[in-house]
Amino acid sequence: MTKELAQLVAGHPLLAGLPGDAVATVAGCARNMAFSPGALLLAEGDPADTLYLVRRGRVAIEVHSPGRGQIVIETVGPGAVVGWSWLVPPYRWHFDARAIDPVGAIAVDGACLRQKAEADPALGYALMKRVAAILLERLQMTRVRVLDLYGDDGAR
Amino acid sequence: MPADQGVAVPTGLRRGKDRGTRALTPVPYRVVSRRRETDDVTTLSLAPVAGVAMAFRPGQFNMLTAFGVGEAAISISSAPSSSGPLEHTVRDVGTVTHSLCAARVGDLVGVRGPFGTDWGLAEVDDQVDTLHTLGGTTHAHLRGDVVVVAGGIGLAPLRGAVYELLARRSHDGGGVVVCVGARDPSQIVFRDDLEEWTRAGAEVSVTVDVSAPGWTGHVGLVTSVLGDAHFDPSRTTALVCGPEIMMRFTARALTDRGMDPGRIRVSLERNMQCGVAWCGHCQLGPFLLCRDGPVLPYAGIVAHLLTEPER
Ligand SMILES: Cc1cc2nc3c(=O)[nH]c(=O)nc-3n(C[C@H](O)[C@H](O)[C@H](O)COP(=O)(O)OP(=O)(O)OC[C@H]3O[C@@H](n4cnc5c(N)ncnc54)[C@H](O)[C@@H]3O)c2cc1C
Ligand code: FES
Repeated sequence: MTKELAQLVAGHPLLAGLPGDAVATVAGCARNMAFSPGALLLAEGDPADTLYLVRRGRVAIEVHSPGRGQIVIETVGPGAVVGWSWLVPPYRWHFDARAIDPVGAIAVDGACLRQKAEADPALGYALMKRVAAILLERLQMTRVRVLDLYGDDGAR
Repeated sequence: MPADQGVAVPTGLRRGKDRGTRALTPVPYRVVSRRRETDDVTTLSLAPVAGVAMAFRPGQFNMLTAFGVGEAAISISSAPSSSGPLEHTVRDVGTVTHSLCAARVGDLVGVRGPFGTDWGLAEVDDQVDTLHTLGGTTHAHLRGDVVVVAGGIGLAPLRGAVYELLARRSHDGGGVVVCVGARDPSQIVFRDDLEEWTRAGAEVSVTVDVSAPGWTGHVGLVTSVLGDAHFDPSRTTALVCGPEIMMRFTARALTDRGMDPGRIRVSLERNMQCGVAWCGHCQLGPFLLCRDGPVLPYAGIVAHLLTEPER
């Protein structure tokens, strides 16, 4: 692991403020990756083995629908986290994630991270609190979108 | 407090006209052009049949009469400094708005107003931050940033404000950030204006809740693009208009980023009838929104009232 990679990991909002040794542990499972526009970061149905910390560019979370093609469910950008299914069995992706722009991301090996979190419950708990906060924010945003805010009932 | 007793006018947001019988009589305006924004939203350009067009401030609204049908409160969507006709952008949701959207060039529309408080742009411009003082001399000033957040047709009352801000700030500094949310790409209003604002230096982000084939823009709640916007929360004023739930979430996202709630302005709407603080239809807590609103700072009681159901 390079010092540079550890710095990149430490600078991502998911991990910002974590103690240096915790960052080093996460960085030990990480590698730096680049995706061209259109490339898949992850594909529905494949084994879920990676947590992506997006550093630059936008990523579309998509699902394929027969007759409608690719439907974008959400767009995320720099500072976002892509890929949660490595957290819980059966460790399988539910959606596609595709680079819209040239994307730079830190790819953290999910199995490696789970193993380290099991071995160091304090680190595991610190990580889980951060992961839970992001998941909660995503859940809240999804709930509001389900309301159809701008529809006929929402008026203006 | 009785409905007509009123409350202290929030700082900087000037109240609309006081009651007066002239404000109760619709003035005839002629539709000089109409523009279809989306399948159910139309912008009407109006010119007075006699005399000159009214003076107004961005954020204010008029009561528009579809003759023989009824009246509806509609925000003025053009800019006061524009030399063109007075513009109103109407979404067809019921009887009156349907008639207004169906009005043809040459038809007459009644106009009463302008009513209500405005976005307080004069006060925004007074919020000049001193950059540094050397030897007792102030060397530089920089205007604060302005973040405009609109959902759906909520961009209508903000359109004039964005034009005014861009005109003033081109030489005075201070960023203008515009975040727009719509249900889907077909519901995005003022597409040409959004492009023009980008060319004029505004940071414009558009997001939709539901994507569509061919859409390559952002998909997600308007608060998600707000998170990526560039502004300094300690010296920013926010102008927010849209469905009330969207305004509440936006105001929370802005305060979470460190903004003072008093510098977040929201546009509140309740059913209007007289527009001149007589009938009490638009009462919300201590406010008569036709006079004390629609634009109010999202601080104290207003933040609480934003969750109140209409009575
Ligand atoms: C200050 C202010 C500014 C406004 N600016 C605009 C604007 O720029 N463009 C625009 O299209 N509309 C605007 N509105 C909303 C507009 O006044 C209403 O949509 C209109 O009065 C509905 O009248 P209607 O006869 O067409 O519908 P109705 O037949 O009376 O009602 C149809 C549906 O619209 C709902 N509705 C009625 N009044 C309102 C309201 N005030 N807010 C939300 N829903 C309402 C009703 O509950 C009903 O579901 C504004 C309202 C206010 C108070
Ligand atoms: S008192 Fe506000 S509309 Fe009549």
